[in-house]
Amino acid sequence: MSETMQAKLEEPRTTTPDFSGWSCPLPLADYPAIVMGHGGGGKLGSELVEHLFLPAFRNPALESLGDGAVLDLANGRIAMSSDSFVVRPLFFPGGSIGALAVNGTVNDLAVSGAEPRYLSASFILEEGLPLAQLAAIVEEMSRSARDAGVEIVTGDTKVVERGHGDGCYINTTGIGMRREGIAVGPQRAQAGDAILVSGTIGDHGMAIMSVREGLEFESPIRSDCAPLNGMIAEVLAAAGAAVHAMRDPTRGGLASTLNEIAQASRVGIAIDETKIPVRLEVQSACELLGLDPVYVANEGKAVFFVAPDAADRVLAVLRAHPLGRDAARIGHVCAEHKGMLVARTAMGANRVIPMQIGEQLPRIC
Amino acid sequence: MKYLTEFRNGEIARAQAREIHAMTTRPWKIMEVCGGQTHSIIRNGIDQMLPAGIGMVHGPGCPVCVTPLELIDKALAIAAQPGVIFCSFGDMLRVPGTEGDLFQVKGRGGDVRVVYSPLDALELAVRNPDKQVIFFGVGFETTAPANAMSVHQARRRGIGNFSLLVSHVLVPPAIEAIMSSPGNEVQAFLAAGHVCSVMGYWQYPPLAGKYGIPIVVTGFEPLDLLDGIHRAVRQLETGRHEVENAYDRVVTYRGNEAAQRLLAEVFEVTDRAWRGIGVIPKSGWRLNADYRDFDAEDRFQIAGIHTQESPLCRSGDVLRGAIKPAQCPAFGKECSPRHPLGATMVSSEGACAAYYNYGRFLPAEELASAGKAMSAF
Repeated sequence: MSETMQAKLEEPRTTTPDFSGWSCPLPLADYPAIVMGHGGGGKLGSELVEHLFLPAFRNPALESLGDGAVLDLANGRIAMSSDSFVVRPLFFPGGSIGALAVNGTVNDLAVSGAEPRYLSASFILEEGLPLAQLAAIVEEMSRSARDAGVEIVTGDTKVVERGHGDGCYINTTGIGMRREGIAVGPQRAQAGDAILVSGTIGDHGMAIMSVREGLEFESPIRSDCAPLNGMIAEVLAAAGAAVHAMRDPTRGGLASTLNEIAQASRVGIAIDETKIPVRLEVQSACELLGLDPVYVANEGKAVFFVAPDAADRVLAVLRAHPLGRDAARIGHVCAEHKGMLVARTAMGANRVIPMQIGEQLPRIC
Repeated sequence: MKYLTEFRNGEIARAQAREIHAMTTRPWKIMEVCGGQTHSIIRNGIDQMLPAGIGMVHGPGCPVCVTPLELIDKALAIAAQPGVIFCSFGDMLRVPGTEGDLFQVKGRGGDVRVVYSPLDALELAVRNPDKQVIFFGVGFETTAPANAMSVHQARRRGIGNFSLLVSHVLVPPAIEAIMSSPGNEVQAFLAAGHVCSVMGYWQYPPLAGKYGIPIVVTGFEPLDLLDGIHRAVRQLETGRHEVENAYDRVVTYRGNEAAQRLLAEVFEVTDRAWRGIGVIPKSGWRLNADYRDFDAEDRFQIAGIHTQESPLCRSGDVLRGAIKPAQCPAFGKECSPRHPLGATMVSSEGACAAYYNYGRFLPAEELASAGKAMSAF
């Protein structure tokens, strides 16, 4: 990101939450911002835990404040997933790094067929981060965890010197119970499977881009950041073993997810470009920047590979869920062009959509 | 999207294609000048819709592709210096120089930044008075007005730490060079709509007359392109060679005269080397004497540049339209978007990258079978 864009971020924006009504439980007069001591393991650090993290994440496992959380889990198979979050800006329309950190790991567990249960949360904070911002991030994590029905049971805080971080990085690791009778995996897609996407693509990536680049549209683009475990549970309850593969198309977007599954399952994937749901404002922003929405990140969408006879049932379940209203059937798995994603264009021609190399680069003209 | 969706209607496109089929009696070779048009043709599969005899030849209109290697190497050398902030449009960062690209300079600690406008780079200069801020100003007539505006403002506002590493290239001399090259097969041109939005199309009637070629000012959406091709074929079939404007929702005969005045104030015409093609006389713009102070090439005297192109790369032949990307022996083998040997594989507007990205390395039967599988769905 250029300094120009960085400067734009530092200016007050309508998308930054209003902290004026918020009062921090810490003695703000002493430390209105993070100092090195907050990560030093001394009194400042434990104040942060007691006054900020504990009240927000409150649960028995966390409150024991041991070196590790001790959890009761039923017998069975456990799924585990970890992700780090470094998004800039920390707050954006439709979400924040806090909401992303919880939903990202919840969704990774959910698409692997597990029911997410517990999360860890580790913070790397930059010296000078306003405490009010940290509190707002923590508050969003707390709300997202509640929405997803998971508990944040352990964590850690480190502080790095000013200039060595972007305010706040968060790592979350989660565990969940793998459901019985479910056998989803990226290598399990089969020729004939219908491919469904749970809603419009590209919303998250373009929400971030439009804040970074200062693009304004009549209706602002909001991130789709949301926990998918509830919707996925309904799909699995309705279709069970007919669901062969699920993915949340985050970085690299829909195109990367479909390519990965085509390669892992050694099948071909054929989609109809005109069937992919894309919001008008997302499409417009992509046109402006010379980007292709199929490569743009999502944070609240899932792609399902289901047996053809279950496709209509799954689509109906998705469309009945608030997060799946715009769900669509976009294509199918085939035995031809193995390992490759081919799209039929609006013109009726075919094009291969390859894996993306590095990041998408805005064009000169 | 207004002005976009209407021009992507598959049904109308197929009807247009049918008309082209009906009027075509013999093979024709038509060159689309602009890389943006190449990208759109390949992405949408317009070439698959045309009669077999209509050959679309992909022209040299990709600014990333034709920026000379020597200038890329200069950019790398300047960007690696301490105390500079080197600004560029995004897709120049991956263009291979003799040794590495701007991404690698950035990785080694060079301050290289992607901006969306040269005016953003100018503001960076204002905020960093202790740094030299350079903007890599490449491109055709389309990007030139914003670059001209940046130095115009820099001089007016007395911003001395800003400079432009400039390599502008011009479309009409390129058309002349292609038409007068031995073995040329191009019989008609689709002129680049966005270039004409700035320059108008008053420069083209003499070219159409001199070489006896139809020139159709054409846009970038599928229906624009099919309309441009339709008009070019109609002229060819009826033995005419005129200049037509098929992009009149954007382009006027005289163009953007305010922009042209600014360009005349800041730039002067110069001979310019085109990567992969060679020097074309009077085919570029450089800063004129009044603005020479803002020329990064003058400000940073970079000596000892020894350029070396990959011996495998045939991007020059691709840019001249002599071969299709997939006919290059290195295509998809030694050369891919991940490891580009030449600039035509870098930018999404480069013909090689367009071919690679949209799967033109697949055997035709394989793409066709994908189509059959789709119609079952």
